[in-house]
This record gives sequence, C-alpha cells and structure tokens, in this order.
Amino acid sequence: MTPLRLERGSSRHLAVRLIGWGALLVVLVSLPFFNQSYTVGQLTYVLAYAIAVLGLNLLVGYSGQISLGHGAFFAIGAYTAAVLIDKAGVPYLVAIPAAGLVTLVAGLVFAVPALRLRGPYLALVTLGLALAVPALIKRFEGLTGGTQGLTISAPSAPGWLGFLEDDQFLYLLTLVVAVALFVLAANLVRGQVGRALIALRDNEIAAETMGVNLARTKAATFGVSSAYAGVAGAMYAFALGIVAPEAFPLALSFGFLAAIVVGGLATVSGAVFGALFIVYVPVYAGDVNEALTGVIYGATLIIFIYLLPGGIAGLGRGLVRRVLVIEDRPPGTATRSPTATHTPAGGRLAGEG
Amino acid sequence: MIKGRGRVAFDGEDIAGRPSEWIVRRGVAHVPEGRGTFAPLTVDENLRLGAYVRKNVKDVKADLAGAYERFPALAERKTQPAGSLSGGEQQMLAVARALMLRPRLLLLDEPSLGLAPRVTGEVFEVLRTISAEEGTTLLVVEQNANLVLRFADHAHVLETGRLVLSGNAEKMRADPSVQRSYLGR
Amino acid sequence: MSAVIQNVIDGIAVGSIYAALALALVLIFRSTGIVNFAQGEMAMVSTFLAWGLATSGVPLALALLITLAVSFVAGMVIERVLMRPVEGGETLTLVIVTLGLFIFLNSLAGWIWGFGTRAMPSAFPDSAVQVAGVRVSLESVGITAVVLGTVGLLFLLFQRTKIGLAMRAAAVNPESSRLVGVSVGRMLMLGWGLAAVLGALAGVLVAPQLFLDVNLMGGVLIYSFAAAALGGFDSPLGAVVGGWIIGVTENLAGTYVDFIGSDLKILVPLTIILAVLLVRPSGLFGSAEVARA
Repeated sequence: MTPLRLERGSSRHLAVRLIGWGALLVVLVSLPFFNQSYTVGQLTYVLAYAIAVLGLNLLVGYSGQISLGHGAFFAIGAYTAAVLIDKAGVPYLVAIPAAGLVTLVAGLVFAVPALRLRGPYLALVTLGLALAVPALIKRFEGLTGGTQGLTISAPSAPGWLGFLEDDQFLYLLTLVVAVALFVLAANLVRGQVGRALIALRDNEIAAETMGVNLARTKAATFGVSSAYAGVAGAMYAFALGIVAPEAFPLALSFGFLAAIVVGGLATVSGAVFGALFIVYVPVYAGDVNEALTGVIYGATLIIFIYLLPGGIAGLGRGLVRRVLVIEDRPPGTATRSPTATHTPAGGRLAGEG
Repeated sequence: MIKGRGRVAFDGEDIAGRPSEWIVRRGVAHVPEGRGTFAPLTVDENLRLGAYVRKNVKDVKADLAGAYERFPALAERKTQPAGSLSGGEQQMLAVARALMLRPRLLLLDEPSLGLAPRVTGEVFEVLRTISAEEGTTLLVVEQNANLVLRFADHAHVLETGRLVLSGNAEKMRADPSVQRSYLGR
Repeated sequence: MSAVIQNVIDGIAVGSIYAALALALVLIFRSTGIVNFAQGEMAMVSTFLAWGLATSGVPLALALLITLAVSFVAGMVIERVLMRPVEGGETLTLVIVTLGLFIFLNSLAGWIWGFGTRAMPSAFPDSAVQVAGVRVSLESVGITAVVLGTVGLLFLLFQRTKIGLAMRAAAVNPESSRLVGVSVGRMLMLGWGLAAVLGALAGVLVAPQLFLDVNLMGGVLIYSFAAAALGGFDSPLGAVVGGWIIGVTENLAGTYVDFIGSDLKILVPLTIILAVLLVRPSGLFGSAEVARA
C-alpha cells in the first residue's frame, strides 16, 4: 500500500502531529485511573527509567561516549532527593530539580577526566564509577543511612488534587517531568546541538574543523546526561519509598545500556521501549527462572547490536514509514497557494509552514 | 566497486578469489606497496616469517644465512626492530623476506615509492641479480617507466586501467612514441 | 614490621591471581585490540566446570586438564562466532558485545549451577610455613609459582616458537601476515583460546579462597583490569608486575588507611585505573600503541 505523503510544516502535517501526540497524552494520563495500584507503580518505574535511559542515549547514542556508570548518577540523584527530604525537610517539588542540579555538577566534574579517555578506556573508568558509588554510599553512613538506607514516604497530592490517590499522583507527577524532559531532549537533538553531537560521534576531527568545540560539547553532554539520570533517580526514590545501596547495583548500569540498545541508539522514543524492556523482562522472566532475566538481557544485547542496530524505535519508524511519510518540500517549487505568482528558488513564502 | 572480467591464472591454475595463504603456498611472494614490514618485530623475525609456509628447517636456515650475505646491511641490523630501518633498508628487507619463500613468482608493488633515486637503483640491481641467479620471475608494478624499462625483459603499459602496449622492453625503450609519452623525451 | 611484611606477602599472593586474569586480558588486547569485559565470566564458567567434574568423582588434576582443554576450545569458538563479525568495527559495538556476553554467561551459570556458593577443592595442600615471623601459606606460594611459570611458558611460546611468532605477526600487521601465508583468523582464534585457558587457570586458583559462586570473577575482573592498565595493556610482564603492585597496595591500604577499611578496598583498583589512564595510558611497560586508542 502506498504511504500517505505529507509535507513537513503543512497544516495537514501539523494536524496529524497534534492528533497523534494528543491521543498518546490522553492515554498516558488516563492509565492510572484504569489500572491497579501495583501496575500504576510499575508504570511509574517505567517513566523514571525512561528518563534515565534517555539521558544515557544522549551520551552514548548521540555523542558516542560510552558510559557504564549511569547507575551511579541515578543513585546520586536518588540519594540527594532522599537526604534533602529526610534530613532537611525540603519539599518534594524542590528536591527534584535539586537532584538534577547535583548530578549535573557531578557529571561535569566527572567529564573532566573522561574527556581524555576513549572507547573501552572510558567504559572501564565509568564501570569504576558504578562500583565506587555504592561503596562510598555505604561508607558515609551518617549521611546516607549506610546499608540500611533511608526511607521516604511517597508524596501526596496537594489539596486541590486531593481526589488523586498517592500512587496516581506520583505517576502523574513523574509523567509531567518525563514529558517535559522528553520534549527538551527532542528539541536538543533536532537542532544544532543534535547535529553537533552526531558530528562529534562520527568524526571528531571533522567536527572540530566545522567549529564544534569538542571539550565543551562532550562535557556538557555528560552533565546533561547525568542530570537526566539524577532526576530519574529522584522520581525512582519516591516510587520505591526507600534508598539503599543494593538498589543500585552494577546490573542497573548494564540494564540502562541494554535499554538504549534495545530501544534504539540515538533515538528519543527508544528510551520508552528500553525502559519497558528493563522493567518488564525481569517480571516475566523471573517467573520462569531467576537466571532467565540475565540470559535474555545478554542474548538480546548481542542480537540487537548485530541485527537490529536501530532498536525497536528503528523498527517502529520503518513500520510507520509504510503508512505515513513526511517530506520536505523540494526547493524552488511553487506553492499550492492560489495567490502565489512567483516562488523564489529554495525559499518559502511568508504565511507557509 | 568495479567488477572485473576474465581470469587470473598462475602457471595454468586459477587463483582469482583464493585466500592469500593458499596463493602463497603456490610459490607467489608479494612485496606490497609501502614495504609492509612488521615494524615492531626484529629484522631476523621478519625474515623468518617470510619462510613461514616452508617445512624444511635446514633449508630455511641456509636461506636465512644467504639472505644476510646478499644484504649485509640487514645482517648488521639483525636484532633491531624493522621499523627503525631506513626506507631503502626496509625495501631490501621486504624483498629479502619475500625471497625467503623461494618463490617462483615475486610480485613487487611500487618498489621505488618513497625512495631516493640512488637507493632505488640499488634495489633494482638486487632484483636484476635475483632474477639472473635464481631464475625467479618478477612482476613489477612501477610508475617509474624509465627505471623499470632498463631492467625488465617484457613490459606492459596500462593507461587508466587499459592495456595499451605490450612487448619487449628494450624495443619499447627505443620506440620514439613510447619515449615521448612515457619517458619524457 | 612483620605485620607489614605479612601484608606484602599476602598481597603478592592475591596479586598473582589478579595477574593471571590480567594476562588473559592482555593476550586478547595484544592480538585484537579488544578489551574483553567478559573475560572474568568466561573464567567463572570454566571454574564451575572444573568444580562439577571434581565433585562428581573425577580426580582433581584430570578435572583441571579437561577444563583447560574445554576452555581452549570454547575461547576459539567465541572468537570465531561472536567476535569475528565485529572485530575492527566500532568500539561501542565491541563493548556491547562483550558486555552482552558478560551478562549472558553470568546468568547462564546461575541457571545451570544456581546462585549458591560452593566450596572448591584446592590444588595445594592446606599448610603453611613460618619464615621470620611471617606466615606463608603453601597455597600462596603455589599460586605465585604457577603464575610465574605460566608467564615463562608464554614467553617461550611467543618468542621462541614459529606459531608464537605468527601470532605476534598477525597482531602487528594482519595484511603482511597474510602475504607470508599466516592465517590471521586462525591466529585470532588461538589467541582467544589461550586467553580462555589463562582465565580458567585464574578462576581455578582463586576459587578455593574466595568460594565459588557466579560472582566470583566479577570482583577479580576490576582488579585485573587495573593490573593490566597499570602494567600496560599489551605487556604480559606488566600484567604480573601490575597485579602484584595492586595486590600489595590493596592489602596495605586496607589495613593501614582508615578511610578505606574493608568496604572501600575497591577504590584502590579504581583510583589506579583512573590515574594510569589519565597520566600514563601506556602503563609501566606498555607500548605507545596503547595510548593512541
């Protein structure tokens, strides 16, 4: 069947986008009202992980810097939020950006040495980070509650939203944060920043000659990626109700990496598929056999990187393209507007797009 | 990629598409463009690798000694890493390594590349000697037409991938049209 | 004073174990330029194999021999099937593949043998000698001796044999290697097979002390990476020296530096990795090639 072709920026294109995203949003918002509390909790985890996975994809997929230590920043964000709430009585809504800020700084600090390292060496050092952070958390018992960790009660809805249950409120709060961060990321990668990142990933020397400031871009990506993980960690902490070192094992960092491969490297939507993968595979695989999760993870990672480098998002895009194609208007063609008498080559008339 | 037609045969046998390891065992040694020496390995190790596919240890040892006789500069640098040799010496090493195979056919890809004229002359003298003494067939790809026509028996001229001239090298050298087009006279 | 010496001696013994796995890492890096994150898990599976054989009645020596042989073949198969298609490709792909293998093997072992802890019989008698107030266990001596012996054998293999020369040639210049008739693919397989044997050796040596479970080598791996980094990723001698330095430093730091205590011992290898990679990427004995990556 021939796909429907739409011009980018045309009113029909806009309509399709509006309806598409609108419908998605409606579904997402209504989910907590049609599901049990347990499922709502699971979905909240998915959202939190999706934010973290998106952050990692910016770093690995777009800018090509391999990190095995994403779980560490996730943990730092979670602990920051927990400590602020538990020890300093900071309100929840402040704790979230605070966690993001702390991890942003941590990411920038870590980026300094990371800038000098490539490929497997960077992977090795970030692996070290993922191992060091839980150990350090245990050491600084006074602040972090050591092995036992800290408990935080779930945030409840403010008065005017009082009809919401705690789990529903948390889900919606996480959804709002997630949507905001996804939109931000989407804009980043579609614009100049995104192009700079990809140029950086594919050919550093060429990128530099085109004016991309390598060090600053790499460091900034590290910072932003870590900030995403930190915010995700905070939301995760709220959902979990407790932060403890065992909640952030090395497997978590591996899981994030698996998620970006499965979801789709260098995609924004892939983060959601990846998050679904790492939340639900253990649930179903765990039923069969404790070890099955890992077996599936490992096998999937290898299979995907071999056969499906575009991940699920890539597959999805391929499917959508069978039905719907968005084209750029070729330069120099006349517009459909009946008032047009002359189209400057390659230009757009005012009032279009 | 440009698809080719036709056969590549050595001594009547089709060799196109065969793995290098197989072709080597048929007695074809290749001195690649740029020498292709094993830079971190010693001169001695480089030479011994040339005889990798040969079975007779005694013969190989004898040939190794012979190589050092023929190329005294290499004997001096026996235990040095190949990468520390000069361009000309590396070319000699590459040729010597190829000879360790006792090849029936010796392929040389742009042997004069990157070498000073005097050194190139030495290299070609060695090649001429080898051809005379061992009876090895040499197939040399060279851009330096002047040089190679002086040493070769037969020559084929390729112009942008097409064969335009074939024949006795001495006759070609004397041919005024060849002189004009390729020898700069 | 004797306490310090005790720490040093113990450090050398444990350092030898790190060195054993580090040798495997170095071998693979030298021949293919790949950092194999799954080396430890491969070793762990081999160790479980040995344990399985030994506990079902096979004499320990024979069990070890069979394990080494099987590991050799397994290493070759992994290179040929899993790594060959992606060798020389993007770093990210390589990292993901070896990580995927890590995760897969770890869970596979859990599936087959469960997640419990096992006791592994030791190849060495359980006694010790007292030398000048310092207790040296026969096991430590044995382990160190085996590792040193292995390094010696590797040296002989690579420097004095034709096949060793061919392996070095294939690692250094695959193109020219083909021109002299060396089958580069076969050399790569040999490299991985050999590395798998070294890993199995490391696992079998360390299991009696650390107890055998699926996470046995996970901890050792990071120490071995540190040893390889410190010694130089392409230097076998460096792996051993690096391993000893790390073993000793870890022991001394754990005992005498309060901050580290016993929880934060892992910071020792991590800091060393970071320091080495930033200050002198080629390590103590590595070549400049390592730094260029």
